[in-house]
Amino acid sequence: MSVTPDETLDCSGLACPMPILKTKKAIDALQVGQVLKMIATDPGSSSDMNAWTQKTGHELLESQQDGSKFIFFIKKTK
Amino acid sequence: MAEDAKRLAIIAAHGSMDAAYPPMILSTAALALDMEAAIFFTFFGLQILKKGNADKLKVVPVANPAMPMSIPNLVGALPGMTAMATGMMNSWMKKSNVAKLSELLDLAVEGGVRMIACQMTMDVMGIKKEELIDGIEIGGAATFLNFASQNAITLAF
Repeated sequence: MSVTPDETLDCSGLACPMPILKTKKAIDALQVGQVLKMIATDPGSSSDMNAWTQKTGHELLESQQDGSKFIFFIKKTK
Repeated sequence: MAEDAKRLAIIAAHGSMDAAYPPMILSTAALALDMEAAIFFTFFGLQILKKGNADKLKVVPVANPAMPMSIPNLVGALPGMTAMATGMMNSWMKKSNVAKLSELLDLAVEGGVRMIACQMTMDVMGIKKEELIDGIEIGGAATFLNFASQNAITLAF
């Protein structure tokens, strides 16, 4: 599956809670329907991005792991 | 099914570095989850709000058996041991790229976390409003409870 992101946010190296704070800010700046690609190295981010999208209602289209990097594609829904 | 809680209400009653992090991390994370948050800073928790103090809070090895390097109480009580434990912890936090408490405080205030300084504690400890960071309010138990009573998750640290 390939998703073309409208914006990319690199949270590599950042620890909790910064990746979700930055993701929230980045999603706020997008239009509804646009997709954010977020890259993190915090292993807790997989669980956190699932929880964050569940709570906020934005859609986690895809999550991948590439070595030590966790990559998420999130669609702004509202 | 009960409605999702939309608010997070936290009591911060301790002024050590390790006690200051959870309220700051959870309240800023709540903002990212589209929740409202408030922290009631009372007793030693008020030290977190003192201007320029957040990054100077200490980790105390005495009576802290969970320190990564176990330090006997008698040794932990020696001069310099609190500074050593604090320095060690700070360097680990930096290595893991954990945000500083001052950064989290800024994010909380900017993001609209209600930062409530306990009036009673301020009177007891002789702390003036000018000594505390900007963007906070001063209140009492009723201020906190009024916020917390409206469908909030409530935590105390």
